[in-house]
Amino acid sequence: MNIPTRELLFGDLWDYAPAPEARDHVRFEKRYGHFIDGRFVDAESWFEVIDPSNEEVLCEVGEASAKTVDKAVAAARKAQSGVWGKMPGRERAKYLYRIARIIQEKARELAILESMNGGKPIRESKSVDVPLAAAHFFYYAGWADKLRYAFAGADPRPIGVAGQIIPWNFPLLMAAWKIAPALAAGNTVVLKPAETTPLTAMKLAEIFMEAELPAGVVNLVNGFGKTGAAIVEHPDVDKIAFTGSTDVGKIIQRTLAGTRKRLTLELGGKGANIIFADAAIDQAVEGIVDGIYFNQGHVCCAGSRLLVEECVEDEVVEKLHHRIQTLRVGDPLDKNTDIGAINSRAQLEKIQELVDSGVEEGATIHQSKCALPDKGFFFRPTFFTGVSQTHRVAREEIFGPVLSVLTFRTPEEAIEKANNTAYGLSAGVWTDKGSKLFQVAGALRAGVIWGNSFNKFDPGSPFGGYKESGFGREGGWHGLLPYLEVR
Amino acid sequence: MAKAPERITVRKTYKLFIGGAFPRSESGRYTVARDDKGAPVANVCRASRKDLRDAVVAARKAQEGWAKRTAFNRGQILYRMAEMLESRSAVFEAALTAATGLSAKAAEGEVGAAVDRLVWYAGWADKFPQFMGTTNPVASAHFNFTFPEATGVVVAFASEGSALLGLVSAIAPVIVSGNSVVVVVSGPAPTVAMELAEVLATSDLPGGVVNILTGLRDELAPHAARHMDVDGILCVGADDATRKLIGVEAAESVKRVHFEDDGDLSHWHDEARQSPYLIVPFVELKTAWHPMGM
Repeated sequence: MNIPTRELLFGDLWDYAPAPEARDHVRFEKRYGHFIDGRFVDAESWFEVIDPSNEEVLCEVGEASAKTVDKAVAAARKAQSGVWGKMPGRERAKYLYRIARIIQEKARELAILESMNGGKPIRESKSVDVPLAAAHFFYYAGWADKLRYAFAGADPRPIGVAGQIIPWNFPLLMAAWKIAPALAAGNTVVLKPAETTPLTAMKLAEIFMEAELPAGVVNLVNGFGKTGAAIVEHPDVDKIAFTGSTDVGKIIQRTLAGTRKRLTLELGGKGANIIFADAAIDQAVEGIVDGIYFNQGHVCCAGSRLLVEECVEDEVVEKLHHRIQTLRVGDPLDKNTDIGAINSRAQLEKIQELVDSGVEEGATIHQSKCALPDKGFFFRPTFFTGVSQTHRVAREEIFGPVLSVLTFRTPEEAIEKANNTAYGLSAGVWTDKGSKLFQVAGALRAGVIWGNSFNKFDPGSPFGGYKESGFGREGGWHGLLPYLEVR
Repeated sequence: MAKAPERITVRKTYKLFIGGAFPRSESGRYTVARDDKGAPVANVCRASRKDLRDAVVAARKAQEGWAKRTAFNRGQILYRMAEMLESRSAVFEAALTAATGLSAKAAEGEVGAAVDRLVWYAGWADKFPQFMGTTNPVASAHFNFTFPEATGVVVAFASEGSALLGLVSAIAPVIVSGNSVVVVVSGPAPTVAMELAEVLATSDLPGGVVNILTGLRDELAPHAARHMDVDGILCVGADDATRKLIGVEAAESVKRVHFEDDGDLSHWHDEARQSPYLIVPFVELKTAWHPMGM
């Protein structure tokens, strides 16, 4: 018998007292230029960085020209051939361990900064972003002096200077994903943080100084797409690692055509989250929430397409409808916040445009009724039912808290629909039956498959896509490969 | 007037190898294969864009079934290819000598090395997933593991320096993991490649897993790179212009593109030309998280 879900009404009946994380402990500069050759340098021009939850200016950062990028690459080259590439692995390892430890020591400050600058709830910065960033350095530190055991029969060597471009959704964590394996393998780095979220990267530069990391081993240049292009096009960069949109990934792949530069791409996704009727439905509903509302849905591997077995659609939709009413949207620094601020006005507009298209194309919209703050960029948790595979909301990456619900009748149909996308980054499978789980996981064309869970990450677990979600892996043993010459 | 020989030999018509069958080029075009002295050896098909598209359709159709076979079975079939090649070594030695002017000894060496290379890769079929797969210690209650899967359909532009060993060295590492391949042969001695097609056709290799087109690299490369149902491109011995052309077009569907150096026969005899790391460019790594708990 299907027992109707009881609606939790407390959101309407009484207010939560605000529970903001104190930010008086957090220090940052009014201006950050770039971090080149072991020190902060001034920029030629500057732009403002804001807190997306209230649109207040946090600081100014520099915009790197091609000339500045050139200086950063020169510093990285000098450090690679002069210091870092020659250094015994055991010594490189100790620098990485130091960095991991300092991140742990400064975890609270970094988490607050991450939430202020990126808009993500402090609960997530504290429990996901920052500890995972430290763990990545810790994990790869241990590889630095064991590379000769990593790849049988090969004599792995560093590639040289790695140019790395990272997105705004996990600013510190993405920096760690990129920098830790590159350094462990003996490469040096020129990295560009996203233009909206440079703050924790600048803090990371301070951590490198505190760790006495040799000058030039990591260089950070701020800026927009133009700065990224200057890194990609620089003739003395040996390898590019990019995380971001599929459109930009394709531009980078084209730009590198005909050069001998190595490339890894971690691009967009439209992950399927498949709920079979035999799944534990309440847990699956929590998994749907983790899959699409984690980090405001600003997650390339988000479970943004829900594929639910037809006979449980009503039950799942009803439970999900009630569940999203209880999600608290608001101040990222409030410890009770579930969904923080959308990262930028441009992203908010993009989400709104795609949601409008869903309504126009005839899908049924379901939204939380929660109140939104007056200032800043916020979006209510949203899902669509009655979605067809041709709808834009079922095909395009929204990168926001918006889910599309589709149905299926057989496992074959679920697999067919899940794979019916140009992307192939992630998928979730919910079922009580282990054999079915393994069968479906094997048939899905995606790089990360979560069984009865979603959006789990670990430094030991490789991450990356199939098809137009990119190539190369980050994390784990496989994450070393892009940074080594292995034959 | 010269006297006609007592018996007229029956010449072989060289066609394409698509989906396990031997069709002529739909274009009706041909090129004349010549030996190292410039004397004509045979007329061979000059594959067209349409032939390439047909071959990709055949390769796509075959790929899923090939990947789904057990690794043990794929290994046996690669080994069977080696058996069939060995048993026809005299034919290949003669073909190599006639088409490229190789000495009998060098031809014998090339055929033997090609057989050995197939055997070497055959053994990787059921070991590569262990070589490249991992179980990952994660800080949560999950059993987490990573394993390689075939990328899909690969178009390979084979060596122009070694007609048999170079060709086998391009095919084996691509198909051993479960990919299907469309090989474009543009070097000297295209007849040798079509002889190899006959080996493949009798090795229990499902039709369409390997397709061989003789043709012009420059003509077919842009179409292959642009084809939206091709997942990867392997190009042996590409110059910078070809690399650029392939790379630019391949980006539209984020293809996996891999280049290998070409060289003469001694280059291909080198042990460095066989490596499990040459299987890596055309596999995808899947990581699965399975919760543990009661």
